[in-house]
Amino acid sequence: MENKKSPLNWECPLPELDFDVITLGHGSGGLLTNKLLDSGVFDLLSNEYLDKRHDGAILPGGLAFSTDSFVVSPIFFPGGNIGELAINGTVNDLAMCGAIPKYLSLSFILEEGLPVAKFWDVLVSIRKACAIAGVPVVTGDTKVVERGKGDQIFINTTGIGQVHPRARIDPQRVGAGDVLLLSGNLAAHGIAILSVREGLSFESDILSDTRSLHRVVGGLLDRFGEGIKLFRDPTRGGVATALNEIARDTRLGVEIRQDDLPIDEQVNSACEILGLDPLYVANEGIFLAWVDPAIAGDCLAWLRQTEEGSQAAIIGEMVPEHPGKVILQSSIGGRRVVNMLPGEQLPRIC
Amino acid sequence: MKFLSEYRNPGLVRQYIDEIHKITTKDWAIMEVCGGQTHSLVKNGILDLLPAKVRMIHGPGCPVCVTPLHLIDHAVHLAGQKEVILCSFGDMLRVPGSKKSLLQAKAEGADVRILYSPLEAVALARENPGREVVFFAVGFETTAPANALSVVQAAEQRLSNYSILTSHVLVPPAIEAVMNDEAAQIQGFLAAGHVCTVMGTQEYDPIAEKYKVPIVVTGFEPVDLLQGILMTVRQLESGRHEIENQYSRVVKREGNPGAQQVMQRVFEVRDREWRGIGNIPMSGYEVREEYAAYDAKRKFEAPTERAPESELCMAGQVLKGIIKPQQCPQFGKGCTPSTPLGAPMVSSEGACAAYYHFYQE
Repeated sequence: MENKKSPLNWECPLPELDFDVITLGHGSGGLLTNKLLDSGVFDLLSNEYLDKRHDGAILPGGLAFSTDSFVVSPIFFPGGNIGELAINGTVNDLAMCGAIPKYLSLSFILEEGLPVAKFWDVLVSIRKACAIAGVPVVTGDTKVVERGKGDQIFINTTGIGQVHPRARIDPQRVGAGDVLLLSGNLAAHGIAILSVREGLSFESDILSDTRSLHRVVGGLLDRFGEGIKLFRDPTRGGVATALNEIARDTRLGVEIRQDDLPIDEQVNSACEILGLDPLYVANEGIFLAWVDPAIAGDCLAWLRQTEEGSQAAIIGEMVPEHPGKVILQSSIGGRRVVNMLPGEQLPRIC
Repeated sequence: MKFLSEYRNPGLVRQYIDEIHKITTKDWAIMEVCGGQTHSLVKNGILDLLPAKVRMIHGPGCPVCVTPLHLIDHAVHLAGQKEVILCSFGDMLRVPGSKKSLLQAKAEGADVRILYSPLEAVALARENPGREVVFFAVGFETTAPANALSVVQAAEQRLSNYSILTSHVLVPPAIEAVMNDEAAQIQGFLAAGHVCTVMGTQEYDPIAEKYKVPIVVTGFEPVDLLQGILMTVRQLESGRHEIENQYSRVVKREGNPGAQQVMQRVFEVRDREWRGIGNIPMSGYEVREEYAAYDAKRKFEAPTERAPESELCMAGQVLKGIIKPQQCPQFGKGCTPSTPLGAPMVSSEGACAAYYHFYQE
């Protein structure tokens, strides 16, 4: 029988893809992740909120709503653990919507055999992160899977927030000439994780930058309101991926200057040794802000007085030229494209 | 960053560029041998700063790119065995085999691990006595000493579950192959600095003499590369063909004798197939008979079928510097980093990847 399209036919054929198995790269936040989502996920579930493709959805009544899952390995790393990451991650996703986080849900998937002491340590740091952020966990769930079917602990958190009365966060408001602020040093989280991964471990004092950002974001909105057009937290895929997404969505070009990118000396050295480009390394405690050029200087000055933003810098601006592309001016005066990464960054051979 | 920022100094870069512009009177084609140099040239935007008369041709110095298809298939095949832990440098994982890459094999359940050092693979073998640990030993002379040392260590520890799948190639025979190819037309070389750290510069003397071609051992930072190019152009403009050492802060004329010793103990020089280029006589290392027990090629059977290369991929011509990556009709269309036809599109030292990631049209 012929398969006719009707509202009652819920079958959807698998879209034409150039991959037939999910690889780690599909979770890297880069090109492959976008390919996977563009292959039909967004179409299949399309609606006015989802289609904005922001870190969270802005719902009627000024509510912001966001969810995130955490699968980091190892679960304890220099500067933090999966628990506080899960709290800060969702708090920050809400903050990137211009919202003040109000309530969180917390959901565990635990692997059989996990020592209770480890679980407890994670819980304690969750409580601490909630206290620091001032946001309570109000509902949750716990599931256990057989040994080998998970990796110790997976966490999902979902959050609801109230959009700041002066926030007008919308990629469509970003225009040519808008200035790009980065709130702190880049690449610390990803390098901290790598430093303790099996097979790559190296000694360093590099700590993850995981922290909640809603207070500093709220402070910016209190002072500069609609002069701030957009926030993004450059988590997986790093600053380069976030910039490419905005270049794509705004159909404008992005120009950044290598010399102005704030980075810790040790992190930079580790990137050199490992052959990684810090622009693609994950962050958990910094954000990008697109601001009106008239207030950029004041924004930066205020940010620099805060603890979270003490290393903040203006790293570039939006331009009408080369729409959809991110161009970096190298330290020595050359120019190059900063593309979206096709998969995970892999350490090089020599 | 101390010892790095000095070699990225914009003022110095400008001086070298000005000097190169000043002294260049004729058209010159210079090949940078190493893929790491190619990436630095492209990533820092140096190519656009050079005079139009100085053409940089990207060389075959990407070990991942020249690893033959059948060896990748062998690695994928081994990775598919339940008892095997296949260890590799990160770059090798995305390189397409005839059916799949190691990354795809990993996604399908193979135990594939990315390591930085083969010595960590030896430790892994010690900790997993019930498993077979195979290290995919890829590289030029740069990685050969550590790979050889891993075999020596495994032998000293009497480990019976460690072996290496060697894909080692040598630079001097590759330079000769490029000079013997009439289509290539190279007039000067930037030799690969890190290869020379191990091997020294002496083995390049006969090549410079035989082909009357200047060879400048060069580093990888912008100032290194521009100084190397300047030294090469100076030689070309004055009709000289000498071995010069720009990278003298690291490279000694005799190289690193300790490293050479351990390589010679474990490896012997043999004929070798280069992916995309073909067979080059005496251009690779294989494990000596004395260490046969640590040679994965002897220890495990290879897949019997040898699959043909993609007919569309022009990697061979890219690797010999006959065409630039974007001159390949498949570049950025049928061939991208997520759908590669050949290795240069996915290796971190591959010329196609460098152009795809960093170059603006």
